[in-house]
Amino acid sequence: MKRKAAVSAAVLSAGALLLSACGQGGPGSDGGAISDDKLVLAVLNDQSGVYKDLSGPNSVKAVEMAIADFEEKHGDDAVTSEIEVVSADHQNEPDVANTKAQELYDRELADVILDVPTSSAALAVANQAKTKQKLFINVGAATTELTGEQCNKYTFHWAYDTYMLANGTGAAVTKEGGKNWQIIYPDYAFGQDMENSFTAAVEAAGGTVGGTIPTPFPNDNFATFLTKAAAKNPDVIGTMQAGGDLVNLVKQFNEAGLADKGIELAVGLMFITDIHSLGVEQFAGTSFTDAWYWNMDEESRAWADRFLEETGTRPSFAHAANYSAATQYLEAVQRAGTDDADAVVGELEGLEVDDVFLRNGEIRAEDHRVIHDAYLARVKSPEDVTEDWDYEEIVTTIPAEEAFRPVEESGCSM
Amino acid sequence: MAMNELLQYTIQGLAAGSFYALAALGLAVIFGVLGVVNFAHGACYMLGAVVAAVLQDTLGLGFWPALLVVPVLLFLFGVVIERLLVRWLVGLDPLYNFLLTFGLTLLLVDLVKRQYGVSGLPYERPEVLTGQIEVGGVGLPIYQLFVFGFSLLICALVWLLMTRTRVGMIVRAATERSDLARALGINVGRWVTPVFGFGIALAGIAGVLAAPFRAITADMGSNFIIILFAVVVIGGLGSIVGAVVAGFLVGLVEAFGQAYAPTYAQIMIFVLMAVVVLVRPAGLFGREEAAR
Repeated sequence: MKRKAAVSAAVLSAGALLLSACGQGGPGSDGGAISDDKLVLAVLNDQSGVYKDLSGPNSVKAVEMAIADFEEKHGDDAVTSEIEVVSADHQNEPDVANTKAQELYDRELADVILDVPTSSAALAVANQAKTKQKLFINVGAATTELTGEQCNKYTFHWAYDTYMLANGTGAAVTKEGGKNWQIIYPDYAFGQDMENSFTAAVEAAGGTVGGTIPTPFPNDNFATFLTKAAAKNPDVIGTMQAGGDLVNLVKQFNEAGLADKGIELAVGLMFITDIHSLGVEQFAGTSFTDAWYWNMDEESRAWADRFLEETGTRPSFAHAANYSAATQYLEAVQRAGTDDADAVVGELEGLEVDDVFLRNGEIRAEDHRVIHDAYLARVKSPEDVTEDWDYEEIVTTIPAEEAFRPVEESGCSM
Repeated sequence: MAMNELLQYTIQGLAAGSFYALAALGLAVIFGVLGVVNFAHGACYMLGAVVAAVLQDTLGLGFWPALLVVPVLLFLFGVVIERLLVRWLVGLDPLYNFLLTFGLTLLLVDLVKRQYGVSGLPYERPEVLTGQIEVGGVGLPIYQLFVFGFSLLICALVWLLMTRTRVGMIVRAATERSDLARALGINVGRWVTPVFGFGIALAGIAGVLAAPFRAITADMGSNFIIILFAVVVIGGLGSIVGAVVAGFLVGLVEAFGQAYAPTYAQIMIFVLMAVVVLVRPAGLFGREEAAR
């Protein structure tokens, strides 16, 4: 530990020296303050498993787009012209994520790790970031722990979390008249966390949760759980299932004709790729909270058109958030004139920023939660769909300061 | 109210059991004739659903023709696999059987992932099968009733084929007592390839039936195969009647387990399996010799 501290102190002072040298030398000596003479952005996520489509390889593409835009914007004034992207597959396993993060920081000389879906994997990487004193900007994971008890100086949480999902969907649907809830959730850490958050949000909004039903995970047969929930005549059935399990549940919800009995389906966490895979008619009318939607305004749409050209598909909010995180990281390095982690953190903390993903965005200095406007979305009916991937209607915009957990509740001390 | 729910759970259990029964039937026939435990059966179930979805997407092939076309395609696939790979397993240590068929699963799952991604494929059901029938004030999904009825029909047809035709007699003889059948001059070898294909086709039918009802993903067979082996062990490895009865039984245990003790629903299936193995090591309908 001592040695590490000594080394980082040396790096710091060397960085400071170079920085002053840079100031004297003017534009001619750019790149001098960049460690190893290059900036390396690492995307660590699921490249082959269940979260591949919603983030995966296309998030690497999104980061490449961010770099291209950065280089175009700053041209010769850019802090460095050597910017690389590397990627790795963490298979959603915390131990794999842990090893890969070490490799990325040490061997691939990554200056920042981006994305990392799966909460347990994200927490492992956050721990590495803390130890190595390198940046980690999480996009893909949902746990509020990243900006709660387990927060640290080098970790930022960019797109969404369980609090934001529950608060958005739970509170908004309740206020719209869905007072009486039944909640079905997968019986593991994420599901339990979501169930707690939803119950709290629904009750705070004046609703009641009549019952909660834990289910095995993974599971392909939800018919019985749905019958049981429907027998209590709720206004809303909230499901915390994700991915393939969610698709199973929705198909069986429709099979049982529960919508015709006046029961609304609210989904805890859903990505546009889920709607695309199951088909819009199955999800029609379902409410959920979205962090961003590609067709929500002109700016988003323009970016989504470019993304479509690059990848052949429309972006999920995770793709846009990775683009945003990479862009803001590069801009912070540009302003700091160095890739030194502490200097970049200093640039990011407290920053109020708007970009294609962040609306009314602010990087909270206290817990590193990035707050921004969130959206209560409803899946369109098939007859309202006018083009491919045109699946969502934004019902309400939830203002940034209401969308996320208040900083005093976070329990974070850096 | 409670009666209504009991009726709903029963139908749900029988519908879930239909998938197990059909697939386990295929597994039993294959094991009976070839002595091969096909660990790739879950992947074949997945292929059934994926092929149905792909044919609907590309050729506009509907659900009804798919119920015929997909099993035929999977039969051919089974024939190729048997000729190329499975036939080399005869006489080898059972470990090779596991390695080959499990390896095949990994290969098939990854190929499907590579080609069609991981989020799954959409599938449209026929209009006739949507909605519900009111029975005594309870809405029963038509599709669940259809799945149960259709799989019962297939099981009955297979049973007739096995008991009333010459081919069936030969296959049954080979299943029950392969050595004795050979000794009586029956050319068991001739039936090996088509029987393997037939078993795969049954998994394929289960897959097509699952397509409108479940998530069509490369991984849909992974959990399925685990339950399927519990079914086969409960029914008795190689027993045709046992596979069907145990399939529906496990479906019912699953549904009622989920209704009354959700956390233990899956464990209950394996508890049932453990009890059966303790009391009747050969399974409910297996013969003692088969267990050895």
